[in-house]
Amino acid sequence: MEQHILSLILFTPLAGALVVALLGRDASRLIKTVGLLFSLVALGLSVWLFLVFDGSRGDMQCIEIIPWIPALNVSYHVGIDGISLLLIVLTTFLTPIALLASWESVTVRLKGYVALMLLLEAGTLGVFMALDLFLFYVFWEFMLIPMYFIIGIWGGQERIYAAVKFFLYTMAGSLLMLVAIIWLGSYAASLPGGAFTTDLLRLYAIAPGIPMGIQIWMFLAFTFSFAIKVPIFPLHTWLPDAHVQAPTAGSVMLAGVLLKMGTYGLIRFCLPLFPYATFRFLPYLAGLGIVGIIYGAFVSMVQPDIKKLVAYSSVSHLGFVVLGIFALTEEGLQGSVIQMINHGLSTGALFLLVGMIYDRRHTRLIKDLGGLAKPMPVYAAFFMIVMLSSIGLPGLNGFVGEFLILLGSFRSSFLGSPWYAIVASTGVILAAVYLLWSYQRIFFGKTEHPEDQALPDLSVREIAVLVPIVLFIVWIGVYPGTFLGKSAASTKQLIHRIEETRRGSFAGASLEPGHEILPGERR
Amino acid sequence: MSPSMSDLTAIAPLLLVAGTALVVVLVDALAKRNRILGPVLTLAGLAAAMTFALPALGDAPASAAFGGMIRTGGFTSFFTLVFCVSGLLSVLLSMSYIETMVPGKGEYYALILLAVSGMILMAAAGDLVVFFLGLELMSLSFYILAGFARGRMTSNEAALKYFLLGAFATGFLLYGIALVYGATGSTALAGFPSRTGGLQQPLLLLAGLALLMIGLMFKVGAVPFHMWVPDVYEGAPTTISAFMSTGGKAAAFSGFLIIFTPALLITQPALRDVVAAVAAISMVAGNVIAVTQTSVKRMLAYSSIAHAGYILAGVVAANPAGSNGVLFYLMSYTLMNAGAFGVVSLLENPDGSMLTFDECAGLSRRSPLVAALTAVFMFSLAGVPPFAGFFAKYYVFAGTVEAGFTWLAIVGVLMSVVSAYYYLRLVVLMYFNDQPGGQAVAVRPFGLAAVIVAAIALIGFGIFPSILLGLTARCF
Repeated sequence: MEQHILSLILFTPLAGALVVALLGRDASRLIKTVGLLFSLVALGLSVWLFLVFDGSRGDMQCIEIIPWIPALNVSYHVGIDGISLLLIVLTTFLTPIALLASWESVTVRLKGYVALMLLLEAGTLGVFMALDLFLFYVFWEFMLIPMYFIIGIWGGQERIYAAVKFFLYTMAGSLLMLVAIIWLGSYAASLPGGAFTTDLLRLYAIAPGIPMGIQIWMFLAFTFSFAIKVPIFPLHTWLPDAHVQAPTAGSVMLAGVLLKMGTYGLIRFCLPLFPYATFRFLPYLAGLGIVGIIYGAFVSMVQPDIKKLVAYSSVSHLGFVVLGIFALTEEGLQGSVIQMINHGLSTGALFLLVGMIYDRRHTRLIKDLGGLAKPMPVYAAFFMIVMLSSIGLPGLNGFVGEFLILLGSFRSSFLGSPWYAIVASTGVILAAVYLLWSYQRIFFGKTEHPEDQALPDLSVREIAVLVPIVLFIVWIGVYPGTFLGKSAASTKQLIHRIEETRRGSFAGASLEPGHEILPGERR
Repeated sequence: MSPSMSDLTAIAPLLLVAGTALVVVLVDALAKRNRILGPVLTLAGLAAAMTFALPALGDAPASAAFGGMIRTGGFTSFFTLVFCVSGLLSVLLSMSYIETMVPGKGEYYALILLAVSGMILMAAAGDLVVFFLGLELMSLSFYILAGFARGRMTSNEAALKYFLLGAFATGFLLYGIALVYGATGSTALAGFPSRTGGLQQPLLLLAGLALLMIGLMFKVGAVPFHMWVPDVYEGAPTTISAFMSTGGKAAAFSGFLIIFTPALLITQPALRDVVAAVAAISMVAGNVIAVTQTSVKRMLAYSSIAHAGYILAGVVAANPAGSNGVLFYLMSYTLMNAGAFGVVSLLENPDGSMLTFDECAGLSRRSPLVAALTAVFMFSLAGVPPFAGFFAKYYVFAGTVEAGFTWLAIVGVLMSVVSAYYYLRLVVLMYFNDQPGGQAVAVRPFGLAAVIVAAIALIGFGIFPSILLGLTARCF
């Protein structure tokens, strides 16, 4: 059973969606319970995966490979390393929370909702597991369908605009990646004795040898697709619409997991497949990451709508992840990985908290709220912890990720300048400004609005939704080793390979076929 | 020379379909009252033809019958399968649909069968003259079928327009055959590319091939020979639009593959570039114009122009991936487009007015099943996994990229984004719009069964494309 554990995790939510689809339309309690049960089984399986995963190995584990489309050499090839492991656990962790969070707020077309949430989970898990580019692409695109319906059917006022924009933006990016994938496959076929393949592990060996002139285009096609998903400034404009219009659980999944597909893609595909193009473009991408950090923070500051504020803060936080990735150091990459998890937890929790106040007051405007700490002390306490985690207070999870990223980019020989880290660190301060300021406006002061005075505090269900997240916020903050230990070997191996590539190219230009410009030449 | 037994078994599917057509006409004449016998016989004839075509897909390389006039083998059989699927779906959709429009006309089903026999003859052609014969048989049936709803102006317009333009295009095709004969001294397709090499007068050949190509491009509805497509698909009875846009298109593409073979396109790079340009223009024009449509049928018509462009991209590739991709695409397209038109036929007003986008608003409330099926067809047409439409595009573009036409693949994927916009518009209206009202969904069990089968097949072929790829692999 252990050798099929990935498939088990992947197909559990899929089976759940099928079972839910077969249930009667009116059995709403049953539908919710069955959906939750399946997502909990997936969570249980992924905890088991976490325990059996060997963190001392940097290569792919739990590999399953079954021929799927022999004509194109495509196989159902799944496997994980430490980086995917953490994201898989995050996905299976957030799905039951999202389902539980929408336990009462979603009442219309419940059956479809639960089934789509489970399909979304399955699609996302597939993205993190796939070791074949074709398989990866299928999951990557497939996951658009459930998210599109979740935003479009259960979203807010502008949901149709947001859903269509989300779909078209992502599709535009990913179709160019599809051409690049095909191109990679036929490049493999053009080599002596080669065959058309989209197998990632095989392409890892081949792709760095692609002539520089073409490698750049491949890199750009992949990066463009991932940059839309992350989103990297200036491709972020779909994000505020989608996040704000999506129902609470949709925002949690979107911010918590879906955005990580972009950064995961950068780590899994762009860096190892196109190292030379990465060297060439990393100053720009790191720069865009920093622009995202600062821009996201400033835009957050002026938002009158809390949900929008949280949405823009995602742009800022993911800017850190991008910076950490393109620092190409072990610390930076480790920081990015843990920051992805952190952002999933803290922003997921922030969206949940915003959803809770919206359920009560049906407004998300900061000016309509005030002095909530008095009627809702428990809510205020949870909000405080999550907010501090998002700001990056030492002792909570956010600090670990941001610190590692700043450290990594400060030392990075690829970036070659400490200024990246110095400018980025202002983002931490700005985060404190916009979050503390909005906290003050919402929770302190007089309860001016009469509706606020009698607001009920959090229910048991709501506390149950938040407690697990807070638990991990503190766990990662105090003892990140549990999680960093799982991904350390994988990040080390990736950085090691990139360092080797660079050293190789320093030793002789022959290793970079078809082009004479050396990646190290910049310096 | 009288045909031998082996000749007759070679064209068994064709004989079955054509024979059934004659029986259906007789039955209609003798048993006027019986409304159900005609379509049932038609279905049986098509199903029987399919079962006769299936065995040839596994084994047997292409061979010849009737002294080289007919080719048998995987290629012919695969296309026979596509035509029969298209015919079966259309007949199922037509049952009780066409009755409401023009009661008591049994020749309807006979014409569908004759069109299918024409298509089979085209795909089986071993000679340009036989190909022409099949094309005419198919086209003449189409002209009548397009105007079958004779009470409706639009249907009359469709028939007349299609006939006039179609006859003109046929003229081009025939003249092309004459010039090719003049240049090479033969109309046989066997060894055709090798005969085109080292000619004294390549201009005559090129002119002939160009005319042939114009005729075929007209039939597939590629830009700039697409003018008839929107009017005809919109005006014809919807079930006939489903049939023409799938089976008819596939038959014309079989012509592309047997006349403009990879070998010929590679030796004639000028022709190949022309096809590439037409493919690109068709994708752009079809998709962009489709965005602005308000009638669902018209949108599907323009989208079919765009799909002709995608399939032509597979022809341009002129390699195994491209050619197999064309076959895969044609089968998937038959399922998804017949399905999409089928859904329209279920939603249409009985008075024959065109189904607009707005009338689909809130459909997911009125009929969750039909809405879900429509969503499957739309996502598949847009090329989103895990539906067969995605894999079809992937395979075709894999061929084009491999052949060095990367730019064509890029145009194709960018235009897919445009297409996603208008396909999704229907989904948006059906699911995200809660307006009550709108047309009630017609209760037609056979029609509904046809679209359900098509949707299931699309999902099946999308997740396990190898089922279909196994059949296409032996075709060339």
